[in-house]
Amino acid sequence: MVAKVAYDAVEVGTELPAQSFPVTRETLVRYAGASGDFNPIHWNERFAKEVGLPDVIAHGMFTMAEAIRVVTDWAGDPGAVVDYGVRFTKPVVVPDDGAGAVIEVSAKVAQKLDDEARTVRVDLTATSGGQKVLGMSRAVVRLA
Amino acid sequence: MPLDQSFVGRSYPPTAPYEVGREKIREFAEAVGDANPAYTDPEAAKALGHPDVIAPPTFVFAIAFRAAGQVIEDPQLGLDYSRVVHGDQKFAYSRPVRAGDRLSVTSTIETIRSMAGNDIMDVRGEIRDEAGEHVVTTIIKLVARAAEEG
Repeated sequence: MVAKVAYDAVEVGTELPAQSFPVTRETLVRYAGASGDFNPIHWNERFAKEVGLPDVIAHGMFTMAEAIRVVTDWAGDPGAVVDYGVRFTKPVVVPDDGAGAVIEVSAKVAQKLDDEARTVRVDLTATSGGQKVLGMSRAVVRLA
Repeated sequence: MPLDQSFVGRSYPPTAPYEVGREKIREFAEAVGDANPAYTDPEAAKALGHPDVIAPPTFVFAIAFRAAGQVIEDPQLGLDYSRVVHGDQKFAYSRPVRAGDRLSVTSTIETIRSMAGNDIMDVRGEIRDEAGEHVVTTIIKLVARAAEEG
């Protein structure tokens, strides 16, 4: 594993480049197929509303997959991620209005864990429509 | 009716191996819009020290969740899946999942808690390759919301 970021080059508070991820109904249909999660709350507006949701919502695992891209793009080698966890706090609501939703992800180094293993903890923040959609979102990354 | 605490620690038989395919990894990477060449180009993956293309970090969830079906559908446990939402998700990797892996999952009920009428259950998935080496552990937290008073 060859992360392109050196352990010695980061400090607590180092910010990773933030990214925005658009999500439309087409994105969700594609993710449903690739992941095998065909729960209709992710593609059927009538069903979503029947079960009390405001509209179709993104798969939580889709949001989790997008958020870690901020870390893997920064580290270069996705294999540098040794630990990743999130809490699903709010759904990402995806209206069928031609625009969809946007997931905004920022991240910073929260802790340097182990000088030998060169691991750091990165804390992520993910929002959509001004609402925090992931909580306790943390990754441990092994740097160069 | 809260879930029976005596199920904590119960493990289910390892699943039949899931063979990770290059094209399945590509399909997943495209679905999340991730153009990292480590997911699609074996040479790029090798340059990073991997023997073949690797999978994005959350790819393995589908395999772990399918295995957790043994728990979710265990008639003795009696979980009402229509009330279940995915609360938390964690992954702890020994190494990235890669093309050619044949992965088997052993699911275990790690914890069961009851809070305000909600049942909260952590299902741990230990995922190993064909040689029996640990690849990744997944923790799926499922929250079964309280049944409505009727």
